[in-house]
Amino acid sequence: MVPASFEVVEKRQDTADVWTLELEADSGEPFEFEPGQFTMLAAGGAGEVPISISGAPDKPERLIHTVKAVGLATAAICAAEAGQVLSVRGPFGRPWPLDQVGGADVVIAAGGIGLPPLRPAILRLLARRERYGRLLLLYSGRSPDELLFTDELGEWSQRGLEVMVTVDSAGEEWDGHVGVVTRLVRHAKLEPGVVVMSCGPELMMRFLVAALSAQGIGSDRVYVSMERNMQCGIGRCGHCQLGPTLVCRDGPVYRWPELSRWLAIREL
Amino acid sequence: MRTIDELLTDSPTFAGLEPAQLEFIAGCARNEHVAAGTMLMREGEPAERFWLIRRGVVALELYVPGREPLVIETLEAGDVVGWSWLFPPYRWALDGRTVGDCHLITFDGVCLREKCESDHDLGFELMSRFTADVIERLQATRLQLADVHGKVSATA
Amino acid sequence: MAAVTVIEREHFDELLAAIARRGYTIVGPTVRDEAIVYDEICSAADLPIGWTDEQDGGYYRLRRRDDEALFGYAVGPHSWKQYQLPAEVRLWRGGVDKRGGLVNVTEAPQEAPRYAFVGARSCELHAMGILDRVLTGGRRSDPADAAPTNEVFVVAVQCGEAGGTCFCVSMNTGPVAGRGFDLALTEILSDTGHHFVVEVGSERGAEVIVDAPHREATRGDRDAACSVHERTAAHMGRELDTTDIRDLLYRNFEHPQWDEVAARCLTCGNCTMVCPTCFCTTVEDVTDLQGEHVERYQRWDSCFTVDYSHMHGGSVRNSTRSRYRQWMTHKLATWWDQFGSSGCVGCGRCITWCPVGIDLTEEARSIRESERSDSDAHD
Repeated sequence: MVPASFEVVEKRQDTADVWTLELEADSGEPFEFEPGQFTMLAAGGAGEVPISISGAPDKPERLIHTVKAVGLATAAICAAEAGQVLSVRGPFGRPWPLDQVGGADVVIAAGGIGLPPLRPAILRLLARRERYGRLLLLYSGRSPDELLFTDELGEWSQRGLEVMVTVDSAGEEWDGHVGVVTRLVRHAKLEPGVVVMSCGPELMMRFLVAALSAQGIGSDRVYVSMERNMQCGIGRCGHCQLGPTLVCRDGPVYRWPELSRWLAIREL
Repeated sequence: MRTIDELLTDSPTFAGLEPAQLEFIAGCARNEHVAAGTMLMREGEPAERFWLIRRGVVALELYVPGREPLVIETLEAGDVVGWSWLFPPYRWALDGRTVGDCHLITFDGVCLREKCESDHDLGFELMSRFTADVIERLQATRLQLADVHGKVSATA
Repeated sequence: MAAVTVIEREHFDELLAAIARRGYTIVGPTVRDEAIVYDEICSAADLPIGWTDEQDGGYYRLRRRDDEALFGYAVGPHSWKQYQLPAEVRLWRGGVDKRGGLVNVTEAPQEAPRYAFVGARSCELHAMGILDRVLTGGRRSDPADAAPTNEVFVVAVQCGEAGGTCFCVSMNTGPVAGRGFDLALTEILSDTGHHFVVEVGSERGAEVIVDAPHREATRGDRDAACSVHERTAAHMGRELDTTDIRDLLYRNFEHPQWDEVAARCLTCGNCTMVCPTCFCTTVEDVTDLQGEHVERYQRWDSCFTVDYSHMHGGSVRNSTRSRYRQWMTHKLATWWDQFGSSGCVGCGRCITWCPVGIDLTEEARSIRESERSDSDAHD
């Protein structure tokens, strides 16, 4: 499988170590994808990494990725300037089950860099607002200056997404919630029929499921996006195994009960 | 050789309870020697027991894949380990591991919980004492959180 | 009933010639560096005539037989995996333009010759089938990756010697191959002669036989072949109780046996290299100094490396314990959930080629027996 070349047409720095890059295919083809899918992205020879697509699914002319620079490969991607080319393979993976949750209340629970993989889902839900009940975003970050897409939250709110944001700690200039996302669950007054889609640090997602359970929301109502060392993206190289499942192919989106047993085993 | 009730009166958590209450609690308890590295509790599992450390250290930790488990707090002789047996949903929120060999008093949490539901005096006593423990640890944790960020940003 | 014929030892080269005439490149066993390995061969003289192998945990030696058997050994460190999934494959090459984009990309042409495998054992045929299922599964596999086993001409050999670490009987993968071959040979050496009882497994196998001197097998020939098969089956070097083995291992992720084996395991990965079904690969981009050309290679990888499960921050499987557990539970348990069969064919290579002789049949036995003694204690 040969990667396709995509040129960086726009680049924006979101926080100290997060950039959003907007890409267009050299071939001119739109990049169709479903919310929750990822690509294997690379800059030069620095190595491919799995990055969730963060753009609007109904605007496939641009492929958008929001990337946190945590290692060599991601640093190289984040350093790419407009006019440079990145290599893309994909899209891969099982997407968010948006078509299956019509009529329900949907809660999007995002932690930190977990918001970009959920952004396409939010945009799709808002584009088809009439199909869903209550839509709520619970978004948590480490501190106010690490929050992403803050300029869009207001617009989403106007289009019918309730937004609750919290940070682990803040100074006095922050007038929002301070505390972990599980604290927001209680304030959110969720009904039992709700569907929850979550992406963020694995620890956060585990505790979120417990907090939802305490509010009477079963873990079978929770979908999460997982991460492991995905390399080929097609279930062949073996690296992303988590017990019997291959995250690149059976995931990255899973219903919680599919995983809970395996996530409880250390170093699995 | 001291009985369990005698050992309990040394612990701030149980000191001051009526003899009959202490006797009931001691009846739900037994002495245990637990080897180093034993997982006393695992996140998400049903919380059916709790412990009083007589000797040794227990680490409360969170496991995250790709990292060494994060030790949140260590508990020592005289500390009670485990509250989740008393509060719904009765599931452990953390992992608990014996750091060295430990001498523990292990309590049957389910039995005590049921007794609390029928004997509200005992229930009140245990709730007050455990809540006091929780408050003390919460305040300590908040201070711990403030240090991690390098600035005092949260107030108790 | 499949045709059964007999080919005399002195006509073996004519059998090979008949195969070669049809454009196949013949690969078979040969002695090199004090082991029996697979390589291209031209005639019977290249085969390990009169050699056998002694195998045990962490032990492999060739020993001379007192006869001139062509296939009087079990299996060596090579498996047919090296043809199905070569250790190094160049996927594509291309140029890199000023913007960092790929240009003039050429994918590697499928230039592999049409192979004939001579000497494939029943366990190996099963392994090829298992690996083929892995390589062609998934929603997005490249058709070019499909193992060319349909095009490979297979001359199987029904084992006349059970290896010291063999347990194909336990895994239901041998010692007798029932299908998956064009021809299957049982070597018969006796006072009266040296010949091969040949089962024909396909039309093209039948055509090849017609082209070489042969005669129809008698009742006596078939009986002699059966005796060989039964004798081999009765002499397995190891045994693995596969009853419920998937759930046995799923119940025991925290078993102390994993710590025990971790104290011995070097995480060298030999087992993954010699195993005929281990399929993990990694991809590496190689550029020239100017960064103007790039080639992407696919290489064998091993779950025993620390990097294998790397995520930002660290590896999920840091400890030796977790990596050995991953390999063994994948091979014997999760493979069932992923691919619908066991990943193990009982060839014993992992036991023989482990430098410290770790034996997964022993590890499984320890876990199984500890459950038995646990339940005994509670009675």
